[in-house]
Amino acid sequence: MAFLSIHGLTVSYGGKADVLRDVSLEVERGEVIGLIGPSGSGKSTILRTLVGLLKPRAGTVTLDGTKVDYGSRGSLRAARDRFAIVFQQYNLFQNMTALRNVAIAPTLVKKRGRATVEEEARALLARVGLAEKVNAYPDELSGGQQQRVAIARALALKPDILLLDEITAALDPELVGEVLDTIRALQKDGMTMLIVSHEMAFIREVASRVAFLDQGSVVETGPPAEMFDRPNSPRLKEFTSRILRH
Amino acid sequence: MWDQILEDAPRFFGPWNLLFLGEALVNTLLLSYIGAALGFMIGFGLAIGRHPRLYGILPVRLAATAYVEVFRRIPFLVKLMCVFFAFQLSGTQATLFTVALVTVVLSAAAFAAEIARAGIEAVPAPQWDAAEAMNFSRWRVLTRVVAPQSWRVVLPPLFGYAVGFIKSTSIASQIGVMELTYAAKILNTRGFSALLCFGTILVLYFLICWPTKRIGERLEARLGRRAKA
Ligand SMILES: Nc1ncnc2c1ncn2[C@@H]1O[C@H](COP(=O)(O)OP(=O)(O)O)[C@@H](O)[C@H]1O
Ligand SMILES: [Mg+2]
Repeated sequence: MAFLSIHGLTVSYGGKADVLRDVSLEVERGEVIGLIGPSGSGKSTILRTLVGLLKPRAGTVTLDGTKVDYGSRGSLRAARDRFAIVFQQYNLFQNMTALRNVAIAPTLVKKRGRATVEEEARALLARVGLAEKVNAYPDELSGGQQQRVAIARALALKPDILLLDEITAALDPELVGEVLDTIRALQKDGMTMLIVSHEMAFIREVASRVAFLDQGSVVETGPPAEMFDRPNSPRLKEFTSRILRH
Repeated sequence: MWDQILEDAPRFFGPWNLLFLGEALVNTLLLSYIGAALGFMIGFGLAIGRHPRLYGILPVRLAATAYVEVFRRIPFLVKLMCVFFAFQLSGTQATLFTVALVTVVLSAAAFAAEIARAGIEAVPAPQWDAAEAMNFSRWRVLTRVVAPQSWRVVLPPLFGYAVGFIKSTSIASQIGVMELTYAAKILNTRGFSALLCFGTILVLYFLICWPTKRIGERLEARLGRRAKA
């Protein structure tokens, strides 16, 4: 079985209509999966469900051979220990400096020594180009800077699987390249990633496979080149032509 | 009139009266501060127990909500009577002071629970999402992320109510609790001028309320600065 196996995942928000319908996806270790699809198709919901912020109504998630039971505290805890998510809206803790945002979970949750963690946190912030901003609060940082702190915070967790939700959407064009370089480096290091993005050129470059979502269902999956150059379904055809024209 | 007051003053501020007023002042302080402190703690507990993303299980939530909604709406004097008769019915020997203290605690808890709820609600859901996704326990979500961002919203009304409770304790004089207002009434019936009696406790109330308000403002400035939002 694949490293991460999602099977028949069905999710709704508080008893309303399903926003994910029977979603299945296999992710091998070290693989980078691009999740694409129109706004509202359920891309964020997949990532949020994986980290247990929504409870699936049906379906299974199997991580490294172990089925995740989202109803069980212990199982959920074990799963969250291996995922890290970067949210579309960064979600940095507003009451903490950049450094503290990055260092808090490793010290508090993973119980690692504060000195080592902070040293690592500084290195991570330097890596995303924010060495001088370690003591800044989120409201003193631009959207792009906050997004990069959020990436550093996710990396500090040393996750097995990194979930990235439109991390370049809020960045200034000149910063997009920088952040994408970071992701490229992670891919080279063999990090398993699920990337939601509208940067089609980037997805084509880093993703080994792409899943196209529409209205809560996976319509088509395949290697990026095939998906973009020879889409099978009319909906993907329409989506790619629309997004590549922009 | 002023002549009368000046003539009365030395006798009014005699040792016996000062002792009497001192005891009343201590009782008012104890009722206000112990009552508010205990009440706020219970109120925060209720708010935490009520919150679906913290510890809220349904029966606790319903009970807490009912308590908060009812106790915020009953006038202090009515609550005071209820507690008084509750003690009588249960056959428990309780001093009038205890009756008043319990009433202050019950009121303060209901108001603090509501204020704390609003404070928790003021922290946007994405903050919770991030903490939960990183495996923060509920207690840590509360203490490290939510509470630090709530103080800004919680402290101003909380200290507003604290000042209110100090004033409410005067209602305890209605059942004969020896606090400031009751002391003033007694001294007044002993023949001291009303202006002197009530003027004195007026000053004393002010001396309690004003620093309370100031402490609130200082805390607000300090915690508000740390918890940027
Ligand atoms: N908190 C929520 N409550 C109810 N519906 C939601 C909520 N968040 C998202 N949705 C709905 O779920 C669907 C999928 O949303 P989302 O996963 O955010 O899409 P995407 O990330 O692909 O743009 C949309 O129809 C959206 O309206
Ligand atoms: Mg989204």
